[in-house]
Order: sequence, then structure tokens, then C-alpha cells
Amino acid sequence: MSFINAAIALAERRSGKLGSSIFAGRPGTVAERNLRTLKSSSGLTFVAGFVEPVLFLIAFGYGVGGMVGTITDHGKTISYAAYIMPALLATSAMNGAIFDSTWNVYFKMQFAKLYQGMLATSLGTLDVALGEIGWAMFRGFVYAIGFVTVVGSLGLLPSLGGALLAIVAAGIVAFAFASVGMGITSYVKSFQQLDMITFLLLPMFLFSGTLFPLSIFPEWAQALINALPLRQSIDLVRDCMNLNLSWSLFSHLTYFAVMIIGGLFFTTRRLTALFLR
Amino acid sequence: MTKSSEPELVIRAKGLRKTYGDFVAVAGIDFEVKRGEAFGLLGPNGAGKSTTMRMITSTLQRTEGELQILGKDPDKFGPEIRAHLGVVPQQDNLDRQLTVWENILVYGRYFGLSRKFLKNKIEELLAFAQLEDKRNVKSEELSGGMKRRLTIARGLVNEPEILLLDEPTTGLDPQARHVLWDRLFRLKELGVTLVLTTHYMDEAEQLCDRLIVMDKGQIMAEGSPAQLIKDYSSKEVLEVRFGSTGNADAAKKLQKIGDRIEVLPDRILIYSENGEKALEQLTKMGLKPVTSLVRRSSLEDVFLRLTGRTLVD
Repeated sequence: MSFINAAIALAERRSGKLGSSIFAGRPGTVAERNLRTLKSSSGLTFVAGFVEPVLFLIAFGYGVGGMVGTITDHGKTISYAAYIMPALLATSAMNGAIFDSTWNVYFKMQFAKLYQGMLATSLGTLDVALGEIGWAMFRGFVYAIGFVTVVGSLGLLPSLGGALLAIVAAGIVAFAFASVGMGITSYVKSFQQLDMITFLLLPMFLFSGTLFPLSIFPEWAQALINALPLRQSIDLVRDCMNLNLSWSLFSHLTYFAVMIIGGLFFTTRRLTALFLR
Repeated sequence: MTKSSEPELVIRAKGLRKTYGDFVAVAGIDFEVKRGEAFGLLGPNGAGKSTTMRMITSTLQRTEGELQILGKDPDKFGPEIRAHLGVVPQQDNLDRQLTVWENILVYGRYFGLSRKFLKNKIEELLAFAQLEDKRNVKSEELSGGMKRRLTIARGLVNEPEILLLDEPTTGLDPQARHVLWDRLFRLKELGVTLVLTTHYMDEAEQLCDRLIVMDKGQIMAEGSPAQLIKDYSSKEVLEVRFGSTGNADAAKKLQKIGDRIEVLPDRILIYSENGEKALEQLTKMGLKPVTSLVRRSSLEDVFLRLTGRTLVD
């Protein structure tokens, strides 16, 4: 009697390898599940999140921008719309990633009992974490591409190379926010706590050098803001967009690497504690 | 792959224990499940059945004791062991946003199965679950019985060696239960090992080759349904009612009839090898029960004998 089937053969292949108790090597199947739900239900909400930064660009870039005129940043004089554009791109990537990794993840975890089902299969907790975070990142990434397309049609892109590099940067930003977002959400116990995340995002958006340079703040406030993830994101995306490449890129990338690894670590740990203990 | 004719043990628990702080959910139990058998955990709510089940599915870590599933420790080889298992949880956790067909597909993909393999497999499972004409229906729109069948079909997608069912028919109407039992019989015929928890004695009698009776985290008895009834009960039971006030008085006079009596709030059970004869004796004594019924002993009686309580309160 042989009972070796495809699922078992796959599982045995990973047997004894490092991390085989939490990782089966299939986070893609979790993202695949999300892709299937997209066409049926959440299509509209998917679009809604992307529209927000575009509206900001139009309202502030052209509305307020008409009064502001040009702005001088890093010694370059550019239009106000061109100044806020990279910041809104970074925000767009953040929004997409955060929305999915907080509200959607919370719903799947607390109400749909999806992770319970997934973890009754041969998937590990790291598969679920990576799959969900990867999906949230994908969403942020799609928002970023959409935003850049709109910006391009308005003639605000400094260069094609800068735009492509900025999209890659936005992908990294989305990954980092998705990872931390899901990490936090996995510890969240109520909708009220979840609302807090959304609530904190607004001041971070307003004061991270999005709509005006940080130089108007006293130095201590600048130092504080520089430590915020959106500020780091805006810097990275803006530098990439303007092809303003320097060693400071590495400090941003290190910052995001910490966010990504930290988020994955806590998410995996929490999922194990919640569903496999 | 054992050489001897002795069937292989697929689950082995020794001193298995689970505590939450001071609360003891499972108090150190021993049991074994052989390949191909239908093994039941019977007991009331809170007996520790589901906790035991979750430890077997390697989604809950034990506090103490040994547990081996197919020779492996579930705490160390979770994903690997789960590749061999089919899990049907107590509460349906189907993917509500997906259709019936997609539910099975996506679940199969979690196991890493190819779309090509799944295409045929899903047809087979839809036929098995009698859900072929519901393939494009969202799972949230199914009836309770259909949801259960889909959950079972989903649990079979990886062709598991052991199918674990936690309260498979709770909340279903009688017809839906019988359809489900029929499907489970077929699986048994195919050689799938079934492990199920239930608090329905008829379900345990119908489906299980062997079972353990659990109460308060402990095993009270173990054996086949027939053996348990033989060991812990008489062949027949006479149930008599004397109205809510008459039961206690009548019970005093009934001590000499049958092997043993059990006084419940609403009725008196008289355990006897011959129920009709016991009823005759009772009438000769001048007692006039409001209603009387002679039936065969069931696992319910076994449970009552072992714990002094009924299964479903």
C-alpha cells in the first residue's frame, strides 16, 4: 500500500530543512487566493484607494500650487506640483499597503477565519505572512504605477528613468508598510484599535514633508519627523524620481529592511501563537 | 508499510495533556488509532474532545505527554504532518468570497497541488459531495448541510490518509446528517482513517469501529460501541414515566426490578436483559406508569453509567 501522493511528496521534500516548521515555500498560493477574490467583490474599493492621492495632486498641486508658484528644494527650483508629486507617490504606495494589511487582514483573521483554514493545510505561518504581506505590497505597487501613469499624462515626470526608479522605490515602501501593518494588525483586538492606525496616518501624512519642506520646523521636530516611516519613504521616492542618487539611499534602504524583517518576524510569531498553540 | 498483518498505528498518544493556566482541558490520556479504522471521541461539550482533536491536527501544542502522528511529533513537523491530514473543523471556515469550485481549488493550491491535478480532482470531489450543480455558487450561499459537505470535500483534496472531523453533523437536520454519514461510510470503504468527535451517541454507534468516551478531560472507557454497551449496560432498557411528582416514589419500589435503575428528572430507566418482562413485573406490583417504552441499550446509557450524567443536557 503506497499512500505517497503529490501533497505529501512536496511536504517531504522540505523535511528537515531550515524553517520547515513555519515555511512550506508557497506564499504565492495565499496571494493567488486574494487575486481570485479581486475580480468578484472588492474591485471598487481597490480603485478608491488609488484615487485619493490623485485628488490631492490636483487640489494642492494646481489649486494651492497656483498661489505658491515655485519651490526651491535641494538647490533646485521646481513647480509646486512637481514638488509634492513624489511625496504623494510614496503616500499612495503606503495607503495601498496599509489598507490591505490592516482592515483586510483583520477581517480575514477575526471574522472569516481564513488563516485557520490555511494553517490546517501544509502551509506554515511564514507562508501566510509572506503571502498576505506580498499581496498588500502588490496593491501598494499597483497604486504607485497608477499614480505615475496619471502624473505622466499631466506632464509632471522629470524623466522616464527617474519614474521607473521611483516605482521600484514605491514597491519597497509598500513592502515595508505592508509588513509592519500586518505585524501590528495581528496583535490588534478591536476595531477601535484598528481605527487608531488610520488616525495616526493622517498627521504623519500632513507633516512628513509632503506638502511643504521640513525646514520650516525647529531642528528637534525635524529630527523626530525624519525618524518616521513616511518621511523616509518620501525621501527615498523623491531622490529616485529626481535621480538624486547618493549614499543616503542606503540609510533609507536599511530603514526599510528593518521594517520588513521586523514586520515579518512579529507577524509569523503572532500567527503561530494565535493558530498553532 | 508494516510487514506483519497487524495494522499500522497512525496516531499514538501517551499521557497527552493540555492545560490553560489552572484549567485542565485534557488530563493525560492514552489512545491509539490504527490505519483504516473509524475512531470516535464521544463526550459532552467541554470534555476535551476538540482540544484533543486540535492537538492531533498539529494546530495546538500539547502541554505534556507524547503524541505521534504517522510516527512524527506534530510540534516539530506541523506542515509536514498536515500534508497527510484532512481537517473538517467544528465551525465551517470556508472562503466566503469564493465559489464552491474555487474553494476546493484554492485549498488544493495551499497544499502545493498543481492546477492540472486539481482540475480533475475537483470534479471527483464535487460529485462525491453532491455539489456539482452548485460549483459556481458562492460558498456563503450554501445551506448548512451543503457547507459541511463542501468542507469535507475540501478536506479531501490532498487525498489524506487521516480525515479528522470535529462534530461533523452538529446543527444539521436529520436528512442532511444521513447524507453525510453515507459519504463518510464511503470514505471508510476506501481505506481512509476517520477520527471524529461527537456528542451524538447515534452518530458514534453508526460510524465508529472503536471509540473512547471522554468526560472532564479524561477517558472513561474505550472499546467498540457494541462492546461498551455490553460492558456497561444491559441488553435492554425500560423507560417509565410517573409524572413529575410520582417518579421519586415509584423509584423506591422499583429497586428489585432489573439489574439497575437510573432516576432522571423526567423519567426512570430500568436496565434489564428483558425489558418486556420488567414491565410485566412492574405492573404486577400495582405501579401504573404514565408512559412506558422498551428499547435497546445505547451509548447514551453507557455514558450515563460512567458519569451519572446524560450526554446532551
